[in-house]
Amino acid sequence: MSGAAIRLGVVMLCHDELPIAARMARIWAEGGAAVAVHVDAKVPAKAAARMQARLADLPQVLFGPRHPCEWGGFSLVRATQDAAGLLLDGFADVTHVLLASGSCLPLRPVSELCAHLARHPGRDFIESVTVGDVDWTVGGLDEERFTLRFPFSFRRQRRLFDRYVALQRRVKFRRRMPPGLVPHLGSQWWCLTRQTLAAILTDPRRAEFDRYFRRVWIPDESYFQSLARRHSRRIESRSLTLARFDDQGKPFVFYDDHLELLQQSRCFVARKIWRGAGRLYAHFPHAAPGLAAGADPHPEQVERMLNQALARRRLGRPGLYMQSRFPLKDRENGKTAAPYAVFQGFTDLFPGFAPWLAERLDADVHGHLLDRDAVEFAGHAPLGPGALSDSAAMRDLDQRGFLANLIRMGGRMQAWQFSPRDRQEMNWFLATDPNARIFVVTGAWALPLLHSDMPFDDIRRMAALLQRRELAQMEVLNSVWLKARVQVWDLADFCARPAPVLGEILHRLGADPAAAAPMPQMRDIAGMGRFLQSLRNSGLRPQLMGDFPVADPATTFAQGKPAP
Amino acid sequence: MPRLFRILRRKLRLRAHRQWLLARAIRRHRRLRPVCDRTASIRPGDILLFMTMRDEALRLPWFLDYYRKLGIGHFLVVDNGSGDGGREYLAGQEDVSVWLTHDSYKQARFGMDWMNGLLHRHGGGHWCLTVDPDEFLVYPHHDTRPLQALTDWLDAGNVRAFSAMLLDMYPRGSLAARPYRAGQDPFGIARWFDPANYVIRKNGEYGNLWIQGGPRARAFFAEDPENAPALNKIPLVRWRRGQVYVSSTHMLLPRSLNRVYDENGGEKASGCLLHAKFLSTFAEKSAEELVRRQHYADSQEYLAYHAGLRDDPDFWCEAACEFQDWRQLEELGLISGGNWA
Repeated sequence: MSGAAIRLGVVMLCHDELPIAARMARIWAEGGAAVAVHVDAKVPAKAAARMQARLADLPQVLFGPRHPCEWGGFSLVRATQDAAGLLLDGFADVTHVLLASGSCLPLRPVSELCAHLARHPGRDFIESVTVGDVDWTVGGLDEERFTLRFPFSFRRQRRLFDRYVALQRRVKFRRRMPPGLVPHLGSQWWCLTRQTLAAILTDPRRAEFDRYFRRVWIPDESYFQSLARRHSRRIESRSLTLARFDDQGKPFVFYDDHLELLQQSRCFVARKIWRGAGRLYAHFPHAAPGLAAGADPHPEQVERMLNQALARRRLGRPGLYMQSRFPLKDRENGKTAAPYAVFQGFTDLFPGFAPWLAERLDADVHGHLLDRDAVEFAGHAPLGPGALSDSAAMRDLDQRGFLANLIRMGGRMQAWQFSPRDRQEMNWFLATDPNARIFVVTGAWALPLLHSDMPFDDIRRMAALLQRRELAQMEVLNSVWLKARVQVWDLADFCARPAPVLGEILHRLGADPAAAAPMPQMRDIAGMGRFLQSLRNSGLRPQLMGDFPVADPATTFAQGKPAP
Repeated sequence: MPRLFRILRRKLRLRAHRQWLLARAIRRHRRLRPVCDRTASIRPGDILLFMTMRDEALRLPWFLDYYRKLGIGHFLVVDNGSGDGGREYLAGQEDVSVWLTHDSYKQARFGMDWMNGLLHRHGGGHWCLTVDPDEFLVYPHHDTRPLQALTDWLDAGNVRAFSAMLLDMYPRGSLAARPYRAGQDPFGIARWFDPANYVIRKNGEYGNLWIQGGPRARAFFAEDPENAPALNKIPLVRWRRGQVYVSSTHMLLPRSLNRVYDENGGEKASGCLLHAKFLSTFAEKSAEELVRRQHYADSQEYLAYHAGLRDDPDFWCEAACEFQDWRQLEELGLISGGNWA
């Protein structure tokens, strides 16, 4: 078959922006196509008449009977059937029929489309996928579109719609499908050969199919797609129209800034174009020079952009809390943006731990970020990453946001110190975040107490409080919901072999374990056993330090030793 | 059942509140004296801009220019007794309607009664942008797509409100060093902003987010952050009669309009109001506001500024970002394109 033998027919469905639709009809007609226009009956008669007058000089443009159309209703199929019938009857030489809307813009000249069709003779371009295999359906309804009833409008009566679907599911209601019909779904914008389309329209069982599809949800995405499978000899299951929908079933819109993208896609038709996109309307249809005239469409780049936008809307960016993304607990799709490390108990063991670690790790090593009185940024800076304030009051208004901002804006890994003396509200957040690396030496808070010269009563009270907090935290870290990577040593365990443990931590964080060698200055743990015994004697059972032998009973801790 | 009861009670309470606000607005709106009323020239589908101002003549030329380019169809302005010729300037513009009042700004709930009154009278069926003269809307793709493209897209998705948080912009160095002249782009001077120190909490009663932070919070309210100025704003709304702004443009009633954020991890589209408050004009303005005491919470904010301003503050810090374009804001997570590709 040669290109000259192809005559394109276009069925155009219009419901608003008629002046633009008229321009599109003119582009199709002047490109050599026959056009049948359907104007929604809801459009005022005056506007429709104006459109008709505007196209009066083109004998190849016909106007079909008008039906009131509703999104997702059968009326759109009726309109298409009528207009297609009109086209086939009126123009005996039409070989292919393309379904388009008033806001579909032909990106390439009609002749290039005809040439494309000529290269694929007898092929029906209609996306047609069995219902089990589609993943893009609105509202999660795929097979149920064909087996349930939908008397309520999805857009206007959403609540009734959802309730009625739920009810039908509950009572296991199922409609009977006409025998011999295999339900298929696909883009509503297709291009069929005359033979296939005529066969669908003149099917002896058409009345039966129409009756069935009248109660199917969004039949314009399934009527022709299913029936083409009955009549077509060769289906090419893709649409020639670039049209995508978002999760709400709303079509993507193209604007002036998409011009290059659309041009490179080499698609034949794009939907939907914003009514004010003057540059697009002026530029297209655009003939490609030379060889590119025969190029096949390759919309991958556009698809990628649209998929990115969809993902942004559905999943968002991990670890971002902002004015239009404020996820409920555990619906964050990523509580934080990047891995980070939390060290608990290490500053109690090694007063100079943070600077020591900063020298060995490619990370910002902060002090106690969640300290009750002040935020200790690395190097005691007054402002942290992202211009976070070091005011504890400010941080406490939104601790989650504070940590998430710090981690997101830090630029490299963030690490900070933690202790039961600090704010404990974020424990669950940290424990359920896969990005967290938490290293804990339990009971290390006892060391500063051992070296403090507070009265024993105060020390005992403090110890009880800190132990209670750390026990509560351990409960969190031992829960089944734990997602963080946690390593816990008790104080005795750690003191038995501090160097290998530090080496292991460095190794885990991707630093050189050998660098652990000059260990930071450690606080003296002599007298710990005796100290713990005194706590026991005062009725408080230390549970988190591990086993320290009660050393020389003659030594009492009460003298209060200065820190080494 | 108690939950249902609570919800019902809140519903009634908010409804009563909304009607009270509306009644106030209508009553106070009557006291506005039209200086020039060109509202008859508003066409269906026009995007309207509502504003209250006092002594802002210096800012007006660039303001009008900016928003005309964005695609505002008509400006509706309440002048609270300007003495600097701003009112006369506006009255000379084809697409501006001006009303005059000498009533107390404070007693008109910081101008919101006037705004609600005008919105009620003229806003119905239009997309309405309510801003201050020092607030400039930036949204994704604003450099290539007019506001109409955004509102069409929102309409298609049945979205009725668009959020744009306030982003305080400041110059590097002293405020007084570079005087602002009429017609000049304020963001040529105040080019810097805080990228990520915003505190966000949810307000259960109204269902909106409460955002604080930025340079003002860290410089003046570090020890008293509860009183830091709120930055959350919903300035662009498809207006329907019966809607009201509750407190500035921070939140609206009915409360469904405040749901401009996604709670399941996704991102909705949002923009920013670039806040050109910190220019050379600021010191003078804050001294005056201190005397008038017409601002929110007894002008606490201005008291704090004034205390901080005596040694001419420099908000600039190492972590500050220099403004480039909306893509930068989106990258930083201050605004989002959502699925508006």
